[in-house]
Amino acid sequence: MKPRDQYLKVEDVSKTFTSRQTMGGKLARAITRKGPPPGLQAVSGVTLELAKGQTLGLVGESGCGKSTLGRIMAGIHSPSAGTVRIDGLPVMEHGKKTTTAVQTVFQDPFASLDPRMKVGDAVAEGPILHGLIMPSMAQKYVERWFARVGLDPSLSHRYPHQFSGGQRQRIAIARALAMQPKLLICDEPVASLDVSIQAQVINLFLELRRELELTCVFISHDLSVVRHVSDRVAVMYLGRIVELGETQSVFGRPAHPYTAALLDSVPRIAAEGEALVEFKPIEGEIPSPLNPPPGCHFAPRCPR
Amino acid sequence: MTDISPPQKATPPLLLFWREFRRNRVAAVALGLTVLLVFVAVFAPLIAPQDPYDLGALSLMDARRPPGFTGSGGYTHILGTDPQGRDLLSAILYGLRISIEIGIMAGAIALAIGATLGVVAAYLGGWVESLIMRIVDLQLSFPAILLALVLSALLGQGKAQLVTALVAAQYAYFARTAYGAATSERRKDYIEAALATPLHARRVVFKHLLPNCAPPLIVVATVQIASSISLEATLSFLGLGLPVTEPSLGMLISNGFPYMMSGRYWISVYPGVMLILLIMAINIVGDQIRDQLNPRLRR
Repeated sequence: MKPRDQYLKVEDVSKTFTSRQTMGGKLARAITRKGPPPGLQAVSGVTLELAKGQTLGLVGESGCGKSTLGRIMAGIHSPSAGTVRIDGLPVMEHGKKTTTAVQTVFQDPFASLDPRMKVGDAVAEGPILHGLIMPSMAQKYVERWFARVGLDPSLSHRYPHQFSGGQRQRIAIARALAMQPKLLICDEPVASLDVSIQAQVINLFLELRRELELTCVFISHDLSVVRHVSDRVAVMYLGRIVELGETQSVFGRPAHPYTAALLDSVPRIAAEGEALVEFKPIEGEIPSPLNPPPGCHFAPRCPR
Repeated sequence: MTDISPPQKATPPLLLFWREFRRNRVAAVALGLTVLLVFVAVFAPLIAPQDPYDLGALSLMDARRPPGFTGSGGYTHILGTDPQGRDLLSAILYGLRISIEIGIMAGAIALAIGATLGVVAAYLGGWVESLIMRIVDLQLSFPAILLALVLSALLGQGKAQLVTALVAAQYAYFARTAYGAATSERRKDYIEAALATPLHARRVVFKHLLPNCAPPLIVVATVQIASSISLEATLSFLGLGLPVTEPSLGMLISNGFPYMMSGRYWISVYPGVMLILLIMAINIVGDQIRDQLNPRLRR
């Protein structure tokens, strides 16, 4: 690959979750001479790069580790191994996030806004504390962002429970963008919204991405949405990236059987005159990440 | 580009709370009584016919007189007088003042200490959590009155000492409650969102985590204020709490105790009735607040 300006670099990142050990549990294990409990390998050995201004779609089934990877890139979780760099600088140091250049929009806008904080204060909080704006300017700043995400600026004195799901997600987007990030991680930002609202929020996202020249990681299990918004796509299965490439080639000529199976399993409405398409679900269940199959993790379910 | 659905009209949450509260008549009466008692306690010096602390105004001639007796002061002792010749109504009002003051002070300090410990333990996890919560568990495993008794015996008499003893006996309840609420709030997305901004851990704990643990803490606070008032009364009754110069309700009961059998019931009974009314009213208010804040009991 020619040396392009790679803005986001994820280098060999792994994340293992170990269940919390109580003192009694440790004692019991010591007595029965069992080793430490097995860790859950949520993400293993992920390496990827993303150029400035591009959008990476991250797809996969529930539980494949895409949200965990997103949270590592966002500096919420620290990786067990490997590093995430933005513009050459690590996102986390000593378990603490060191940059404001990456911000996150969460899946559930009902959970991601503090129920006891006025939405305007929530949007202004980060920028004030990081010295992006003076506290005296906060009201104006908040109103500007509210207008920008399509909300009535006069609503900034209300609490989250007074808004609908779509409005809350707009607030969450305003809160993330008010930090003036260069990289935006969207963790299933429309999955919990009504279909009609989904389109509005995605259009807003596309508009803001263009205006602000954002680099984005867009996590979703909705392939059509990912296809619509992404330049590049990474397909994840059981903690690993199985396929990574330009959106057109991944969707047009999937190389990995899992990608092909995933594309086949999308329910479609048959065009007029076309025979009714039977969609083919992938056989079997996703294996337990506590005990992944050897070799290619997809091998036990592979149709080929 | 704008959402069509208008946001709900904002009704102040406190007003909604009051409307629901009012529906329970007993609780509304209890709240009224609590407010009344606090009011008369605060304005005791203006309402009471006599200053019970002014020893010069007391006359032993008037001691142990029954309710309705008109003494040397020229006014009627509606509730009678105590063994020192104090007007019992005045003594009760001043005693109420001390009891409420101590109860609220101990409750507030215990709330501040306990809630901070519990929330910090839940936030930090690891060995800090184990250390704090094991100490709290240890303390909760024996009765609060035991610790309060031992501490006030060790520290001696006086307001500050008494409050210290009560706080030490009660902060554990707050810590336990705050810990429980905070461990469930800690996992919610808005905490991760705050940390991902990134915001300083201290701000996340006190500005985001703690306010969201408030409902159960408010409930525990009302119950604990009632319980510290009764603890204080118990200690004073046993002669440990406050000095004799500042008689609280518990001490008034104790003063009248030797005369119970000789038919001079009023010296003990009226302060006792006042104490029961106060504690009962606070507890009923606390129960109603708990019912209203508990989502599982909501219709």
